Amino acid sequence: MNLEFSQDEIAFRKEVRAFIEENYPKELIGMGSREDLTREQFLAWHKILGEKGWSAPAWPEKYGGTGWTSTQRYIWSEENARLDTIMPLPFGVSMVGPVIYTFANEEIKERHLPGILSGDVWWCQGYSEPGAGSDLASLKTTAVRDGDHYVINGQKTWTTLAQFADWIFVLCRTDPDAEKPQEGISFILVDMKTPGIEVRPIRTIDGGHEVNETWFTDVRVPVENLVGEENKGWTYAKFLLAHERSGIAGVARSKRGVERLREIASTELIDGEPLLGDRDFSRKISQLEIDLTALEFTELRTLARESEGKGPGPESSILKVKGTEIQQRLTELTMEAVGNYAQPYLRGAADDGSNEYPVGPDYAHVASPNYFNMRKTSIYGGSNEIQRNIITKMILGL
Amino acid sequence: MDFNFTEEQTMIRDSLARLIREQYDFDTRRGVVESDSGWRPEMWAQFAELGLLMAPFSEDDGGLGGDAVDAMVVMEEFGKGLVVEPYIPTVVCAGGFLKHAGTAGQKEEHMAALMGGERVFAFAYAEPRGRYNLADLETTAKKDGSGYVINGQKAVVIGAPWASHLIVTARTGGDRRDENGVSVFIVAKDAEGVTTRDYPTIDGRRASEVYFENVSVGADALIGDEGAGLPLVERVVDEATAAACAEAVGAMGVAHQMTVEYSRQRKQFGTPIGKFQVLQHRMVDMFMEHEQSISMTYMATLKLGESDVERKKAVSAAKVRIGQGGRFVGQEAIQIHGGMGMTDELAVGHYFKRLTMIDSEFGNVDHHMKRYTALSAADMPVAAE
Ligand SMILES: Cc1cc2nc3c(=O)[nH]c(=O)nc-3n(C[C@H](O)[C@H](O)[C@H](O)COP(=O)(O)OP(=O)(O)OC[C@H]3O[C@@H](n4cnc5c(N)ncnc54)[C@H](O)[C@@H]3O)c2cc1C
Repeated sequence: MNLEFSQDEIAFRKEVRAFIEENYPKELIGMGSREDLTREQFLAWHKILGEKGWSAPAWPEKYGGTGWTSTQRYIWSEENARLDTIMPLPFGVSMVGPVIYTFANEEIKERHLPGILSGDVWWCQGYSEPGAGSDLASLKTTAVRDGDHYVINGQKTWTTLAQFADWIFVLCRTDPDAEKPQEGISFILVDMKTPGIEVRPIRTIDGGHEVNETWFTDVRVPVENLVGEENKGWTYAKFLLAHERSGIAGVARSKRGVERLREIASTELIDGEPLLGDRDFSRKISQLEIDLTALEFTELRTLARESEGKGPGPESSILKVKGTEIQQRLTELTMEAVGNYAQPYLRGAADDGSNEYPVGPDYAHVASPNYFNMRKTSIYGGSNEIQRNIITKMILGL
Repeated sequence: MDFNFTEEQTMIRDSLARLIREQYDFDTRRGVVESDSGWRPEMWAQFAELGLLMAPFSEDDGGLGGDAVDAMVVMEEFGKGLVVEPYIPTVVCAGGFLKHAGTAGQKEEHMAALMGGERVFAFAYAEPRGRYNLADLETTAKKDGSGYVINGQKAVVIGAPWASHLIVTARTGGDRRDENGVSVFIVAKDAEGVTTRDYPTIDGRRASEVYFENVSVGADALIGDEGAGLPLVERVVDEATAAACAEAVGAMGVAHQMTVEYSRQRKQFGTPIGKFQVLQHRMVDMFMEHEQSISMTYMATLKLGESDVERKKAVSAAKVRIGQGGRFVGQEAIQIHGGMGMTDELAVGHYFKRLTMIDSEFGNVDHHMKRYTALSAADMPVAAE
């Protein structure tokens, strides 16, 4: 056991830090946690990384991965968090990409992997439905074979950033008579421009437009867009969920968040002194940091196991639960730090394109929207209750 | 011991509840919140008609002879309906200053208009760098002839866009944060030198940054004694805090109820999610938080008339408990609603937002925990040798 980075790893850190500092768009520094970005802002860094060949470090090299060790990937995410970069969205790189290179045929790989790597094609995730959330296997959207097409009908919901998406991966029921609900589901790739798809915005409590309803009415999709085998989609869907979970801990980002919180707390005053010096508040920051350290080393242990070829198991549920609790606590403390200025709501003003100066300090007006927004993290990606159920079943054996 | 409401209080509660049910449903509220003005003066007039605005004032002052319990009853209903109109700033704060310390002339000038609903007030006490310390004032009022000249900025003044008059705290002496030297003024918002920057708040109300630039007021603008206003401010803020606790209680109850109802209807894995024991216990905890918040709000409201120390301890204790309870109830309400809880379309998220903001008003959990601890330490009998 050894916690030190090797000489090579230290050199690697230097290399990636220099690359980020030279190439990351200056005007996008510090915006990685914002939800209200434009399509171009979301994609800017992804495209640069695509050209460099660094957009999907975790992929096998033969598909465009970097071949970095898990420690190097960890350093990479830390260095990105330093500038709070806008990282490639997970839907292409972390979700559908791995499903495609693991389960799809050569044709699909050739057709879709390059666009995912380059950032030219934006993907969104069509899993959840109004009636199928935690119980995803009860999904009702159907795909019926008609000659060399599937005809898709149904409604997906909570589709993150579908308003920007070029493609969607959809779980559909292809065999309504299957014995178990998990059987009879297929994993299909759909071009968002196909006639019959309608995207309707859902406004969230923080005022943002991040999720959508996605409706399918007689949407005709070529059968070549089926990934793997018909009716085996559940296996691929579950594989994807495990991948989704391991990225969700967000340790590097939260570490940067704690630093940012400290900066804010050293600017904010309480009885004329910096809030950071306040015993009650500083203890809360310490608690958060201690919890984050516990998470970090749990993740490092998981990564080490993974690099020995023991893929993400049910332990990744720990990372999801603890990681999201920390992200939520972080935004909560930031909101607390800004005191009375947690109340003004200025997002609408900014959306109008007006350049009104903010009310209170410039970091304040996003504090409570961020807090409200982050409540989502214990709901999506398999809710934290579902994660605990997984641990109950798979680890405790109860 | 008597926890019953008087006949008048029951009547106020029932008629207000009916009014809110009939004219303040969630969709109507949304329309109002998103409208240009952000409130309904005609609703305010109806509140006046029901007598809500005169309820907590003595008959001598032209009121109905009620007390803080009446304000509590009103605010609990406001909390249930997420009412945005400025009852606390106008009736509890401005009304409180006038009834405790107003001169005959000031009462004459303002009380009838306040109770009749014609005059709306806002309470400008917080400052950009003062957090929750009521004495941490950079706003100054300098003596000028018989009157004063006010300079400074007030932060997040709730209801100010709707108000015609402001109650303003300012320093007439002493250093920043000194106990002495705090004075209270009543200032017309259209006075020369007063400007505002108006904006919505995240929980659907309106507020302003209020700037005072050489604002001249007469001697009759001073409420209470010059330089000795802090105890008065603390008293009124404690009354406002108790009223905010009542509002939180109303909001918590609805958020809890909505969640239980949702868990009955929402099915996953072939069963209502309310059948999952982990969620059941969470909803039981929400219920207990709500019940204890009711208890603390009664306790604090009933102790508003006690000695300064007793009153402060009671109010701080209640605000701590309600801050914590509101946080738990709000967060769990969203969690148990799943994705639906995150939507602006459902009312539950709006209750969550209001509950969250109530914690940051009039001092949050940490602030009141500190105040409580300090008061308890001061209260300790010195140990005998
Ligand atoms: C902001 C946001 C973005 C999202 N993005 C996407 C996306 O891009 N694509 C996509 O497909 N989906 C997306 N989702 C959907 C997300 O995956 C679902 O919200 C999630 O699966 C929960 O489903 P639900 O909302 O229907 O809640 P429900 O499943 O109805 O759950 C409600 C509550 O019941 C609890 N519960 C359910 N079952 C159990 C049980 N067995 N035991 C104990 N408790 C239980 C849940 O934990 C939750 O607290 C997103 C959601 C959000 C909020």
